[in-house]
Amino acid sequence: MSNSETKLAWRNIWRNKRRTLITVASIFFGVILSTLMTSMQDGTYSKMIDNVVSFYSGYVQIHHPDYWETKSIDDLFVPTDSLIDIVADNKDIDLIIPRMESFSLMSYGNSTKGAMLIGVDPAKENELTRLSHWVSKGKYLNKDDDGILMAVNLAKALNVDLGDTLALISQGHHGYSAAGLFPVVGILEFPFPAMNNFGTYITIDKAREFFSAPGMVTSLVLTVDDYDDVYPIKHELETSLGDQYSVMTWDEMDPVTKQMIEGDKGQGIIMKGILYILIGFGVFSTVIMMIAERRKELGVMIAVGMNKLKLAKVLFYETMLIGIVGVVSGFAVSVPLIWFLVKSPIPLTGEVADVYEQFGMEPAIYFGNDTMVFGGQILIVFAITLLVSIYPLSKILRLQVTKALRS
Amino acid sequence: MNVIEVKKLTKTYNDSEVKVHAVQGIDLEIQEGEFTAIVGPSGCGKTTFLNMLGGLDQPTEGNIRIGDTMVHDLKPSELIDFRLHNIGFVFQAYNLIPVLTAKENVEFIMQLQGKSKEERDKRAISLLTEVGLGDRVDARPSRLSGGQQQRVAVARALASKPKFVLADEPTANLDSTSTETLLDIMEKLNREENITFIFSTHDARVVNKARRVIQLEDGKIIKDERKA
Repeated sequence: MSNSETKLAWRNIWRNKRRTLITVASIFFGVILSTLMTSMQDGTYSKMIDNVVSFYSGYVQIHHPDYWETKSIDDLFVPTDSLIDIVADNKDIDLIIPRMESFSLMSYGNSTKGAMLIGVDPAKENELTRLSHWVSKGKYLNKDDDGILMAVNLAKALNVDLGDTLALISQGHHGYSAAGLFPVVGILEFPFPAMNNFGTYITIDKAREFFSAPGMVTSLVLTVDDYDDVYPIKHELETSLGDQYSVMTWDEMDPVTKQMIEGDKGQGIIMKGILYILIGFGVFSTVIMMIAERRKELGVMIAVGMNKLKLAKVLFYETMLIGIVGVVSGFAVSVPLIWFLVKSPIPLTGEVADVYEQFGMEPAIYFGNDTMVFGGQILIVFAITLLVSIYPLSKILRLQVTKALRS
Repeated sequence: MNVIEVKKLTKTYNDSEVKVHAVQGIDLEIQEGEFTAIVGPSGCGKTTFLNMLGGLDQPTEGNIRIGDTMVHDLKPSELIDFRLHNIGFVFQAYNLIPVLTAKENVEFIMQLQGKSKEERDKRAISLLTEVGLGDRVDARPSRLSGGQQQRVAVARALASKPKFVLADEPTANLDSTSTETLLDIMEKLNREENITFIFSTHDARVVNKARRVIQLEDGKIIKDERKA
């Protein structure tokens, strides 16, 4: 970059402050709008994923290699101390939650239904899924409980209520028969209708006893500090655990939600495309105005002996410098703004809030502060400015001096 | 010694359905140190002729020699460079660069020529003093009167030490006092420093000061008179 041309460009942009401020403002607001929009998308998807994983799956699960295909009570594993040590050694893993789950027939009086029986460590399970929060009647399980929690629609279908005793029959581990009686200690009412139809919970010790699978689990559910750690953790665990176990991430277990998020991201890309076009035209129109306003001045410069290429460079530097000022000032405002919104999501009220709550989500608009929220948007807005700066270059190279002088 | 030699210079505009013969086969020689006025009614081709002399417009036919250079042989970028080193311009509407101060406007040409800051400073202040604006060097054009702006434009035109100065209706926008001042300055520069000036003008005061008057009509020279 030539020093004299940069100096001239810098001098030009600050000698006409109003024109510069209009152009800077269009870039400044472009950066803020695009970072806010991206941050909101990032925060919303993170919250969606959080909701999915916190309702059931966790971020990562460890299974017997065949379990996910067969879902068989024969494909269990023992969470040995060495296995737990390997998993716990990973500092990004927050919680290790054991589960024993299989299908069972449940009977009360003349009614019988098939449902999922899930054996859980009540305290650990509650940390991930806040299961106790959904107890609408009765109480939550404690560690030594021998009772059962039932989803509300299932309880209605079987016509059971608190204190009634449910008879369970299933297939146990390696051909054993599984049968037992469980008093109903609590009724669960989830925000998702589908979950109200099939879930029942007992302690993991009772589940192991019921399925004749002492010390075994169907899965270890893992929670992580940061969503970005999910795939590195999967890779690390696969490397350290080898073929004896299968390690699956939340999106492999729940591809529907993943697809839903991807679909929504697709819409988001279209919205952002429209936003970028608006930003682009905002910057472009101010640059067009700038060039039209200065047509005569540019003609004079060429007439008195300024090389067109040199003048084009000056204008390019002017647009770039304005772009840098706009992007830096937009960044300087959007960082604290987004930081604040990440810490203090915008609360929703009224009917929208009710809908959010019905689905078990906090009624608020969430924001994310991923590196790409800032870096990506700043680069894109700067690239738009760079693209727009082609216009003055082409205008200068095609400028007819005599016409410009007459303008 | 001839500064400019023009032979069979013709300019025809084909933009509209009707061809416009703005300049028709002009032959002309201008010598160093001449103080020449080109006069004629509106539309007679004065500005077109001046634009071609200054390399701002291309002739349809004919050629222009400035010093040893055939102007029409130059590529567009060479022509810009040639203008920078050989021709000074004074425009009717002053055409100073609005974001630059008076001194910076004068310096601008020398900056393009790659002159050192010290040399630029010295010459810009000297030229502005010469045109009577030594006390307004830091004023931007919007802070100067029309006459003062035109004097800055004269200083700017001289900054590159050109072979000649082309002035297109330099007094058209000035009041009588400013016109007198400007003409006195240009005449003094011409007399004392032998700078060649070529004006296009309607203004009788300019014509009176000129030592050579060329009259155009319909793109042709109808009279070329040297005063004693």
